[in-house]
Amino acid sequence: MRSDRAPLMLKIAAAAGLLFLHVPILLIFLYAFTTDERTYQFPPPGLTGQWFEVAWNRADIWPPLYLSLKVASISTLLALTLGTLCAAAMARSKFFGRDQISLLVVLPIALPGIITGMSLRSAFSVFDIPFSTWTIVLGHATFCIVIVFNNSVARFRRLSGSIVEASMDLGANGFQTFRYVVLPNLGSALLAGGMLAFALSFDEVIVTTFTAGQQSTLPIWMLNELVRPRQRPVTNVVAIVVFAATFVPILLAYYLTRGGSETAGGGK
Amino acid sequence: MTGAQKSAPAILPSRGSADRLTTLFWRHPNVLLITLLVLPLGWLGIIYLGSLAALLIQSFYSIDHFSGMIVREFTLRTYLELFLPANMDIILRTVAMAAIVTLSSVVVAFPIAYFAARYARGKWKALFYLGVMLPLWSSYLVKVYAWKLILAREGIVTWASDMIGASAVLNAVLALPVIGGTSLSTSYIGTWMVFLYVWLPYMILPMQAALERVPNSMLEASADLGAGSWRTFRSVIFPLALPGIIAGSIFTFSLTLGDYIIPQIIGSSRLFIGQAVYSHQGTAGNIPLAAAFAVVPIVIMVIYLTIARRKGAFDAL
Repeated sequence: MRSDRAPLMLKIAAAAGLLFLHVPILLIFLYAFTTDERTYQFPPPGLTGQWFEVAWNRADIWPPLYLSLKVASISTLLALTLGTLCAAAMARSKFFGRDQISLLVVLPIALPGIITGMSLRSAFSVFDIPFSTWTIVLGHATFCIVIVFNNSVARFRRLSGSIVEASMDLGANGFQTFRYVVLPNLGSALLAGGMLAFALSFDEVIVTTFTAGQQSTLPIWMLNELVRPRQRPVTNVVAIVVFAATFVPILLAYYLTRGGSETAGGGK
Repeated sequence: MTGAQKSAPAILPSRGSADRLTTLFWRHPNVLLITLLVLPLGWLGIIYLGSLAALLIQSFYSIDHFSGMIVREFTLRTYLELFLPANMDIILRTVAMAAIVTLSSVVVAFPIAYFAARYARGKWKALFYLGVMLPLWSSYLVKVYAWKLILAREGIVTWASDMIGASAVLNAVLALPVIGGTSLSTSYIGTWMVFLYVWLPYMILPMQAALERVPNSMLEASADLGAGSWRTFRSVIFPLALPGIIAGSIFTFSLTLGDYIIPQIIGSSRLFIGQAVYSHQGTAGNIPLAAAFAVVPIVIMVIYLTIARRKGAFDAL
């Protein structure tokens, strides 16, 4: 068995698998330019750029977009705070219940979204909490914590303990050490975690359908269009926007954490 | 340089509350630990565990079928409703789909994971990593929507099969009982393909991690002992990759169990667990039954995880 060259069959199967993962997304782009707005006819009968303008002028797209941006920003900030605090506590010390805590952090993303969503929905019903932006944020922040946690705990572990001790020896107190020594070292990991959390929140639909009530985030708007389409290419234009809003952060996060033991995204 | 002559004392005087807190944390590390953990644990404990508890509580309530109001009294009636034939159908259909999706994702993921773990180097390794990571992270709805375009009756699959003269094959497949339908986007085959597509990266990553730990020397030893590539795969590579495969299957299985968007957009109109949960809590307002349905995947996953744990899958995570 030669170990330096891959067998041809394996190469073909691996390439076919990767193509299977990528070609469908490209079709979204193609269909945004089709002239046919009633069916999914392939090949498209003609190409046009008008749908971008139509989408821009559709009044029903803007409020969901604002809501999604708002929810994703607040959830990301909450997740950054909570995730980093948790990572700081868990990175070095060993204490009773540590494994249980890491399980608790991972649970919201390990269990299917429908369970997280239905649980929150049950709680809102038990306590008669009305739906609002904040009920959406509750769900999103909960499953975003683990993303930030994963990114920053890996960086905390890589951070050498001696530079923290050096800072203390030089007379800095704990807060100064955090501000001037720990935070600059955490910076790119936090940025990566924050962007991933933003992408995850911006795109989330399953939990959101249970916590939004009558409100519409951009993914919920898209879901409604999938069930009851009107002007199908407009949905594609929005899909491209949503795709870019998740694609760009993951690519940036990858470059920010490249080379370290932690590579962003492994924890989704 | 008069400042230098006033040498600093060995122990600096405290400069305020920040210093005093630092001293406190230094002397009592547990105080620091608790201070750090109180917010995140409070959040997860109250909001998340509290909600899970609310889910359990709701599942033991029932609904008054005349008034449509939730009766807040302990009862097992709602759970008994799960055993009605129509509801058992939903559960069995979902579990069968999850099992098939998991098995097929093992088959499709293996070549990618094996190539990436064993042959890809440098630039190619990064390409494979991004090639798996980008679809994993790109928008879930966009991916599902893409398949709606592909599988639609007038879509690219029909067009391609006409081009290569295979439309008879496509029609024969669609004419199959149970799994067929009027088009791929309204058949179980379509639902299965989209599930496979969307969850595939979750299988590739742990599988690749397990395969990367298989030492080359072991494969050489196998070859030296006269094993062909099939025998090496069966007796060496596969058993060593198994914990990674099980780890991946936890994701594919659990995600399929809980999904309700994919079968709603692509598939026959027959329900899956997720759709049952969604429809009962929505317009029907039957939150107790929806909660009981949501407990089903939890129970199945607990059983699944117990088995997986015995097989050592958690070491590969």
